Amino acid sequence: MVESKQQWKAWIYLAPAIVLLLIFTVWPIINTVRMALLENYSGLKAAGGATFNFGIGNFEKVITYRRFVQCMKNTVLLCVFTVPISTLLALLIAVALHSIKPLQKALQTIFFLPYVTNSIAIGMVFAAMFNIVGSFFGTENELIVTAGIINNVIEFFGGKAVNWINYGSTYTANMFVMIVYIVWNALPFKILILLGGLTGINKQYYEAAKVDSTPRARVLWRITVPLLSPMLAYVIITGFIGGFKEYTSIVGIFGERMGPASDSGRMNTMVGFIYDSLSNNNQGRASAAALILFGIILIVTLINLQVSKKRVHY
Amino acid sequence: MKIVLQNLTKAFPSRNKKSNEEVIAVNNFNFEIPDGKLIGLLGPSGCGKSTTLYMISGLQKPTSGRIFFGDDDVTELSTENRGIGLVFQNYALYPHMTVKQNIMFPLQNLKGEDKLTKEQMLERAYQAAKLVQIEQLLDRKPSELSGGQQQRVAIARALVKMPRVLLLDEPLSNLDARLRLQTREEIRRIQQETKITTVFVTHDQEEAMSISDMIVVMKAGIVQQIGKPQDVYDDPANLFVAKFLGTPPINVFDGQVKDGKLYIGSDEVLEFSGVADQAVTVGIRPEGFVLSENGALKCKPVNVEVMGRDVSVVATHDASQNPFVRSIIDADNKVDTGSEYVRYNIKPHKIFIFNKETEERIYFEVK
Repeated sequence: MVESKQQWKAWIYLAPAIVLLLIFTVWPIINTVRMALLENYSGLKAAGGATFNFGIGNFEKVITYRRFVQCMKNTVLLCVFTVPISTLLALLIAVALHSIKPLQKALQTIFFLPYVTNSIAIGMVFAAMFNIVGSFFGTENELIVTAGIINNVIEFFGGKAVNWINYGSTYTANMFVMIVYIVWNALPFKILILLGGLTGINKQYYEAAKVDSTPRARVLWRITVPLLSPMLAYVIITGFIGGFKEYTSIVGIFGERMGPASDSGRMNTMVGFIYDSLSNNNQGRASAAALILFGIILIVTLINLQVSKKRVHY
Repeated sequence: MKIVLQNLTKAFPSRNKKSNEEVIAVNNFNFEIPDGKLIGLLGPSGCGKSTTLYMISGLQKPTSGRIFFGDDDVTELSTENRGIGLVFQNYALYPHMTVKQNIMFPLQNLKGEDKLTKEQMLERAYQAAKLVQIEQLLDRKPSELSGGQQQRVAIARALVKMPRVLLLDEPLSNLDARLRLQTREEIRRIQQETKITTVFVTHDQEEAMSISDMIVVMKAGIVQQIGKPQDVYDDPANLFVAKFLGTPPINVFDGQVKDGKLYIGSDEVLEFSGVADQAVTVGIRPEGFVLSENGALKCKPVNVEVMGRDVSVVATHDASQNPFVRSIIDADNKVDTGSEYVRYNIKPHKIFIFNKETEERIYFEVK
């Protein structure tokens, strides 16, 4: 315990960090709540001397706004699909990586590369892969020329090219591309964490399982997964939090239009909605949306923690 | 199920990649473990005893040599198919399962005809738990158990599938002294009740001697001696075995054989025949000393340690290879530590002589 006479010294040492936190973290949070609770708050109007009434009108407007509902639907769908898929894939890849000896380091590096690559850049590559070039639907001569690798592969195997992300593409196709991209982008971090967890598991559990002639699948589900459960919980919780904050991946694939040319804004997410509101000088609405997003993430995380209390073993 | 080890050898590649030297962990091990016996593999760390155990288990593959269970050659058989039970040094109980789930785990892997119903599994698990006396702990997690209880769970898990062979790797090393004493009796009892051929590894000679039907003393991958514990103790094949067995350890002296007489320093301690004149190493068990006023061996007394039934006399002798000569004599004898010499006669069957270079035993006939 620091003597009370010395306490002011401790405060001085902490001061730089505290001051920065107050300015850039605490105040913005308070300000967000304040702006969200002022009717139709706009920074531009506030600078012009306008005053705003206190009320929950921003929240009402946000949740009845059709675009916001669409954004929420997109976000929730992305989370619901990508988190389980990427966690399961990461688990299988991590277990496979852990069990092979030759080239292990090289493969680890390859699997980790997406993590150190800019996600906008990855998005552009994915966009190119799923692209089509040439006339597609509704032209007179029905000439179909595809250039995206994915469609090339599909056509090579005799399939029909799919309009993934271009003008006139379907919502399902768009969603599929987003899910593939986000899963792929989320894998390296998850693999890294799970691989770390696997390295920490005592090998003797596996030897004991071997002595008892345990089939491989049973070893995975009855031994590896329970022993990895703390890591899995961490990966799932951070996955959901990251998923609800999804934004850059949409920009990476669709650009700032946030959707195919025929229906821009269709793939927008909640964070995207907040940014849009900000650029429209509608800070009140943006703040309200941010608080709603915060509430959702909070609830999902609490549910996750509650579940993991029962499922995580130690 | 008898276990036959034939020319069993295990070489590990050297850690140092530049040199091609291999480390021979086990060198040409030949032994037939009789059915239903408890065998102790004994030796200092790094002597290859655990490697031998793991080769029997199949977790490690021998570099050369064969392993037979009964008449079946299991050398190429993987661990899963050998039908063994293995208790690991730190038990390797699955921490997320209860004791009951841990014990039932091997049963749930049984396939085909051996497949059991849930009730049969519970019954078998309960029987195994009862055998090791943990039936009241079935719903606990391993973390809620003491070391000794965990040990029993590990044994129950190894026994529940009725293995052909039970292997124990340093089973007592994680237990405190009192529990160790208790548990080793327990292992003996369980082994005798189940009549499963059991091999266990230990570096503690007392542990091995107290419960084994036979012990195998190993050093640097080479078997030094195999036999009943008392036989090995009474009749060591070489200096290493003599030194390794017995607490307090054997006293070692530089000696000289001349004209059928054995000299330690200038003291003539024994007359015998059958040994040519040469310099030798002499070992005398602590219990081989007999206090005698005209005793042949003259030592300078340092200290007397009273241990109740016996006393241990600590003395020095110029020819001793250890700093002190330790003898154990009956507590009725009085030793004056102030006197110049304490004199002993030596019981001839407690004295061993060894070749100075090879350290092999030199046998003699007492006149």
